[in-house]
Amino acid sequence: MDLISIRDLDKKEVEEILESADRIHTGKKKPDHRGKILATMFFEASTRTKLSFQSAAERNGMQVVDFLPETSSLKKGESFTDTIRIVEGYGDALVIRHPVEGSVRLAADVCGKPVVNGGDGANQHPTQTLIDLFSIRKTKGKIEGMNVHLVGDLKHARAMRSLAYGLAMFGAKVTLVSPKGLELPKQDVEEITRRFGCTMAVKDALDLKDADVLYVCRIQEERFADPMEAKRVREQFMIRKDDLKGAKGDLVILHPLPKVNEIEASIDAMPQAKYFEQAHYGVPVRQAVLDWVLSK
Amino acid sequence: MLKVDVIEKGTVVDHIQAGKGMKVLAILGAGEGHPERAALVMNVPSKKLGKKDIVKIEGKLVSESIANMIALVSPGASINIIENSKVAKKYAVSLPERLMGVGSCPNPNCITNKEEAGKQFAKEGDRYRCHYCERLFGANELV
Repeated sequence: MDLISIRDLDKKEVEEILESADRIHTGKKKPDHRGKILATMFFEASTRTKLSFQSAAERNGMQVVDFLPETSSLKKGESFTDTIRIVEGYGDALVIRHPVEGSVRLAADVCGKPVVNGGDGANQHPTQTLIDLFSIRKTKGKIEGMNVHLVGDLKHARAMRSLAYGLAMFGAKVTLVSPKGLELPKQDVEEITRRFGCTMAVKDALDLKDADVLYVCRIQEERFADPMEAKRVREQFMIRKDDLKGAKGDLVILHPLPKVNEIEASIDAMPQAKYFEQAHYGVPVRQAVLDWVLSK
Repeated sequence: MLKVDVIEKGTVVDHIQAGKGMKVLAILGAGEGHPERAALVMNVPSKKLGKKDIVKIEGKLVSESIANMIALVSPGASINIIENSKVAKKYAVSLPERLMGVGSCPNPNCITNKEEAGKQFAKEGDRYRCHYCERLFGANELV
């Protein structure tokens, strides 16, 4: 079984993985895949996804081999698909991150072993979505009915596209907050609302009074032609302590990380800030994902 | 009245949306080096469409994948297979549910534009989703 896109999963399958992750996190389950090897293939930089997958594999009793593109035969002109066919022989499952959209789906097409998408360009990052859903469930007790505000560059952040989909699947109330020009693409909004029969509020300014979860992602300043406009938008969308004054006391703040300057540093120490905890949930969730793809 | 010779064996594509005939001609491979006769008649009065284009090409019988390509450009066009100067088979093209090996993804960062990968699209409403990059496109964007 592969895990390439959140769009490939139905609610029952997502529930199954989240439930498994919870049992692993609370010590009720310990996947045992001794003798198996995970091959990690990251063609792009990563801290959390790569290390948490490697940690998850070790905790599942697996060993890890790591492909490093800069010292590989890619430098001699070997194709992506040939590289996948080679690494397939060295591992029992592959986790791949690649900057080109659809590359991990193509890898799964040519690979007989389970393939997990660790992020493909601006397309999908399904295990991040699973971590995000798990974090909301852990910190708020449930996903259904939660008012979740997605804030930042919703156009380019793959985590936001997949998360909006996952939240709608679980009946959360989603508010999309982004600068003009960086909205979630219309085709994604249409697909999500059509598939799940939900509505999503769209705003271009922060208003957190009814939010249960504030999910922030980086404003990608390099996308702006005018640096002054980028600075203005960054400042407008930076989350400051003052922004939290009118918010609910039990508001939870999440972020896929890395964060740069979109959340004021003083917020890190506030009880609402759960993004480091969220990053650590990556291990049990990815343990559950590896267990799921190897067991199906 | 503009007259175009009858062809003995080949294909006539009728009911092409006006202005799309050049694209259909290109799909049929009637470019430079095509050895047989080919004709394009544009903006012909049509009861159904108001105006339509018609393409005739000698020596070329349209395959299913070519018919699918024509459907992307002009859904509803009709294919007439001509043998012995008579219509041997006639059918209207329609947008198929799945496209395999037909069209190309307009997303420049899609893997299908970087590596050898079979093109695959699935129909959603009146648009197509790329199997690989998962983006949605209008049918005519794939040609």
